Amino acid sequence: MPSNLSERAIKAKRQDKTATVIISVIVGFIILLLAAIIIYILAKGIGKAVDPSFLTSNPQQFKEGGGIGPELFNSFYLLVITLIISFPLSLGAAIFLAEYAPANAVTSGIKTAIEVLSSLPSIVVGLFAFLLFVIQMGWGFSIASGALALTVFNIPLLVRTIQQALESVPAHQRDAGLAMGLTRWETTIHIILPTAMPAIVTGLILSAGRVFGEAAALIYSAGQSAPALDFTNFDLSSASCPWNIWRPAETLAVHIWKINSEGVVPDLEAVSDGTAAVLIICVLAFNLLARFLGKRLGKKLTAE
Amino acid sequence: MMNFGSKASKLEVVGDKVADLNVTVDGTIMRTKDVGVRYNETYKALRDVSLNFDRGQVTALIGPSGCGKSTYLRCLNLMNREIPHCHIDGEIYFHGKQINFKDVNVYDLRTQVGMVFQTPNPFRKSIYDNIAFGLKKHGIKDKAYIDETVERSLKQAALWDEVKDKLKKSAYALSGGQRQRLCIARTLSLNPEIVLMDEPCSALDPIATRAIERTILSIASRGIAVIIVTHNIEQARRVSDKTAYFYLGEMVETGDTSKIFTNPDDQRTADYLDGRFG
Ligand SMILES: Nc1ncnc2c1ncn2[C@@H]1O[C@H](COP(=O)(O)OP(=O)(O)OP(=O)(O)O)[C@@H](O)[C@H]1O
Ligand SMILES: [Mg+2]
Repeated sequence: MPSNLSERAIKAKRQDKTATVIISVIVGFIILLLAAIIIYILAKGIGKAVDPSFLTSNPQQFKEGGGIGPELFNSFYLLVITLIISFPLSLGAAIFLAEYAPANAVTSGIKTAIEVLSSLPSIVVGLFAFLLFVIQMGWGFSIASGALALTVFNIPLLVRTIQQALESVPAHQRDAGLAMGLTRWETTIHIILPTAMPAIVTGLILSAGRVFGEAAALIYSAGQSAPALDFTNFDLSSASCPWNIWRPAETLAVHIWKINSEGVVPDLEAVSDGTAAVLIICVLAFNLLARFLGKRLGKKLTAE
Repeated sequence: MMNFGSKASKLEVVGDKVADLNVTVDGTIMRTKDVGVRYNETYKALRDVSLNFDRGQVTALIGPSGCGKSTYLRCLNLMNREIPHCHIDGEIYFHGKQINFKDVNVYDLRTQVGMVFQTPNPFRKSIYDNIAFGLKKHGIKDKAYIDETVERSLKQAALWDEVKDKLKKSAYALSGGQRQRLCIARTLSLNPEIVLMDEPCSALDPIATRAIERTILSIASRGIAVIIVTHNIEQARRVSDKTAYFYLGEMVETGDTSKIFTNPDDQRTADYLDGRFG
């Protein structure tokens, strides 16, 4: 029945058009919203964010003109330590899950545990870290406690992205390696991993962005105070030594929370806005870096 | 434990070995006796297949989809062991030694029994590294030897002239047919005595297919046993000396290709070749 068919076709076409319009509107709205937030934050804080003395000087308790020098350093230092701990662990776990784990109850138990862990609210992770590391282990509010809290927060997400990256490598690559007489380990390390590496690096850097902006998990672990840092001090037991992992270390995100909830400095709004702008610039930079490095690495490893 | 000799020492005698094989072109190199395969313990995908493979001969495995050709092929280099819950029963003899036992050195076996897959699957590396990589992993460090082998393998796979100026380019910049020949070259670089091919031309156009077929014949002329699964009856006729017809997990009939194609003993073979099913 040709007439019927064409009617159907017209209807399908109309539906297609309507759906396209609706989806475009929704997407447009979301993009607009995100852009508006970012522009608002940047517009309000950019003046401070590009001011070198704001970026390097110490915060003030009572008078105006405080900076975010230690917070900025703490954020990066905590991030680096967190990644140093969580990346190898996650990589190992993901390789195990993707390449070795037999399909049995234990494996699916582990996978479920990771899922649950990754949906844990970060404040819960923070309180867990508070009880275990700060109180039980007696480490106090410290970079060590904070880094481990962030590790707990980061590992499930990282394991998942790495595992997905490994699993997205076509099975025929694995077969190719094994059929050449390579062991499973050689195949994983030399064939699967390089192929998945761009996606892994992208995942790693994106997770770095999340860790960098995390506040709730740190409030009760790395603490809310930022002792002034002296970069000439290499005494690892001194509170002003930047590298000392037993000192409290307020980060940018925690700083924003802190001054907004209990700050008393007269210029707290300007400080808060400036800090937020710095934070968002860093996270944007992570994202751009992720894309760039992912592509570069992909080209390098695959000769493409 | 079975040992086929150290990988490196085996690979170092390349030149002579090919010559050796040319002298002894006949003789069984691999043999299976009552080989069966079970997936998930219960499902028997293959039953009691006994076949002989001779040096320098091309054997075609044909049969309708799902009859177990690939499953059988993957027994010959024990690749089925990489599939969880897949069990190989029966006996497989390579150089007269039974290899279907638990602790056999599959890694050595697979350097001697190479495999080419249906989808061309070069590594995501340069053309050169696709071949050099396997050699390096098997302990060969001599750069001159590696260069030489890259060239020799690519020539044997009839790819050298097309790629000699872009060896450092990605393998994925090649066409499908070229990629498949690269995979063949990669397999040949390890000097296998047997090459298994699972529908190597199914993704290729007729011209690329012919190129691969010429390669198959020239590999076989060097004394290598080639075992090829194909859905293309004409291809089986063109390249193979022997043909084995598989049906529903059984090997129904085997013999000289000319015989099978003109005067099969089994009615099921005749029906398949007449295109009545499959
Ligand atoms: N990994 C697997 N797990 C379970 N069953 C499998 C697996 N691989 C193959 N089988 C089953 O074994 C039987 C034989 O499959 P096989 O792939 O060997 O057939 P084939 O002859 O190569 O078919 P085709 O011509 O379509 O490639 C099929 O019934 C298939 O469903
Ligand atoms: Mg098959």
